[in-house]
Amino acid sequence: MVKKIPIGPYHPVLEEPEFFELHVEGERVVGIDITIGWSHRGIELLSEHKTWDQVPFLVERVCGICSCSHPFAYVKAVEDCAGIEVPLRAQYIRLIVAELERLHSHLLWTGLAGHFIGYNTVFMWAWKYREPVLDILEAVTGNRNHYAMLRVGGVRRDLPESEVPMVLERLDELEKNNELLTKAIVDDPVIHARTKGVGVFDRKMCRLYGALGPTARAGGYDVDARRDHPIDAYDKVDFDVILCENGDVFDKAVVRQLENFEAIKIIRQCLKQMEPGEIATEVHEIPPGEGLGIYEAPRGEVLHYIRSDGGNMPLRHKIRAPSFNNILTNEVSVVGETVADAGLITAAVDPCYSCTERVGIVDRGDGGRWVASEGDLIRMSQERTEKIRKELQGNRRNG
Amino acid sequence: MHTAKYIFNYLVFPGFVFTAVVGLLTTWVDRKVTARIQWRVGPPWYQPFADVAKLLGKEIIIPAGARRTGFFLMPIVGLSAATLASTILWLVNLHPGTSFVGDTIVLLYIMTIPAIAMIIGGSASSNPLGILGASREMKLLFAYELPLVIAVMTSVYKAGSFSLQSILAHQAQEGIMLGSFSGVISFIVMLMCAQAKLTFVPFDIPEAETELAGGTHIEYSGGALAVVKLTKAIMFFVMPIFIITLFWGGISFSGWRILTSILKYVAIVVIFVLVKNTNPRVRIDQAVRFFWGPMFILSIAAMILAVLGH
Repeated sequence: MVKKIPIGPYHPVLEEPEFFELHVEGERVVGIDITIGWSHRGIELLSEHKTWDQVPFLVERVCGICSCSHPFAYVKAVEDCAGIEVPLRAQYIRLIVAELERLHSHLLWTGLAGHFIGYNTVFMWAWKYREPVLDILEAVTGNRNHYAMLRVGGVRRDLPESEVPMVLERLDELEKNNELLTKAIVDDPVIHARTKGVGVFDRKMCRLYGALGPTARAGGYDVDARRDHPIDAYDKVDFDVILCENGDVFDKAVVRQLENFEAIKIIRQCLKQMEPGEIATEVHEIPPGEGLGIYEAPRGEVLHYIRSDGGNMPLRHKIRAPSFNNILTNEVSVVGETVADAGLITAAVDPCYSCTERVGIVDRGDGGRWVASEGDLIRMSQERTEKIRKELQGNRRNG
Repeated sequence: MHTAKYIFNYLVFPGFVFTAVVGLLTTWVDRKVTARIQWRVGPPWYQPFADVAKLLGKEIIIPAGARRTGFFLMPIVGLSAATLASTILWLVNLHPGTSFVGDTIVLLYIMTIPAIAMIIGGSASSNPLGILGASREMKLLFAYELPLVIAVMTSVYKAGSFSLQSILAHQAQEGIMLGSFSGVISFIVMLMCAQAKLTFVPFDIPEAETELAGGTHIEYSGGALAVVKLTKAIMFFVMPIFIITLFWGGISFSGWRILTSILKYVAIVVIFVLVKNTNPRVRIDQAVRFFWGPMFILSIAAMILAVLGH
């Protein structure tokens, strides 16, 4: 007998709106129904009503955790459109903030994954180790989150030389703690039992579903926008793209933990190579045209597209967050596993539901569904008005 | 007169009131130690009492489609059974004369009732997560009862009697069970089984906050939830005492032995808390494999050693 078990409408761990309906036989999952789209905020439309310089503050709020990745992709898109050269120092500062964000995002995920398998000690420890990252971010940008650091043409604040020793010291501390945490995860037999061979999403499937970020790299699918489409100073620093083979939850955790070391490496190189200089180019107008910005967020490749008509606002702003691709991978990786693992697997892609929302419509008649475009919605709205008008006319005639 | 004494024993000392107070204090120790391990501050000592008091004053919500009788009766059944187990154990420890033939077996039965009550209560809630939790609780019960009973039998075999009094007397004369090989092995098996009986991590599978959001007690609220929590607190108190009685010479309130009794109790509680905080939750199939595999073999080995006189 197939029973239906809900995960949602609020995720028990990630506290975000989503709805996975698991179809289970006993403890085994035989199917999954993924429904997202519970907190559509219309960010793209909002952004079309803000000036070029206001949009970074808006897209920062697409995701609380990727609050540097979205502005990064956006400013790259605008700079691409206007052909702006960014000063070298600003490029390095951008990299530092972006990689710090990767560190804090990955540590946050490790903690949540620990909480998910009932290992609350790992949860608390990982978040404790994440504190130095937030300290550095606060010292460098003024905020623990929503850094408001990036602007079109450069960055908004300089990184004072006086802060550099503190940053390096905190990085050493972080590296030591991250090593400890990585060992704790890699060596724990019970964590092995819980995560190895669970929720496998292999290379072939990654290609098929277009998985991105650590989800893809855990399965051996070699994508990393930092290396494939190097923006700013990414071609001037040396780092490795971490790859695993099995694509199970364990590999996803390992990829994230090892990427932390790479992030620390990148930040150290940036601090070393940085030279005094300008931190922003003055931008006076954005000429008509199109621009594309691609950046490797902690969860995978984030893509921003803008179109300009020469005015002071974007004509069109399109955002594609990596979670949109990654959440769909659950369709494959959850089926065949137990309910106990389903929650962990759906969390292992490090999903960010609110970032990726779009309007979906379910036809209750035959159970089918489609994603409605703006044109569809306008057409449906007009049809409904027409219907109501006819009804009103009918009433008047009868009355 | 006898009846009044028994009622007093059951309701006040060493029954409900005493057990509930010490049990809740034990949960505070658990929460505080856990918090310190996790670099948190932890709650003040009266937090568990405040929790229960507050829950008692809250509205009780009955889920649509729930079987009311089963849903509300089961927490009470569980609480009464846990209290009864505690009363019997304490009376035997304080006044050995109150022991009766086969009270070990009676205790084993009674201590199963809270788990069974939660299975019925969870199923009666008509919540799919509650039902799933109930099915897991049942599997877990089948898993740990087998090694648990065999481990208890090691002690029984050595004392040559099913009564707790003779087990205690045997330990008083010939040294505690923990002094022998078979005793140590059974003790370890008992600790693991107790961890599962208390549904602590790594065996909190039926409740699994992050998978089933509470599982068997997902639908309980207000006073009913307070009763469920109290049952858990009392069981947290009963299990260490049961283990101490069987393997570690029992509890005594005379002279300096008060101190050693408390130390024994705290030691076992701390072991529970440490295991709880250094392990992730296992899956139900892994739990069953663990108890029917290594734990079963260990308990049988202990039994054989006991028969051979080690």
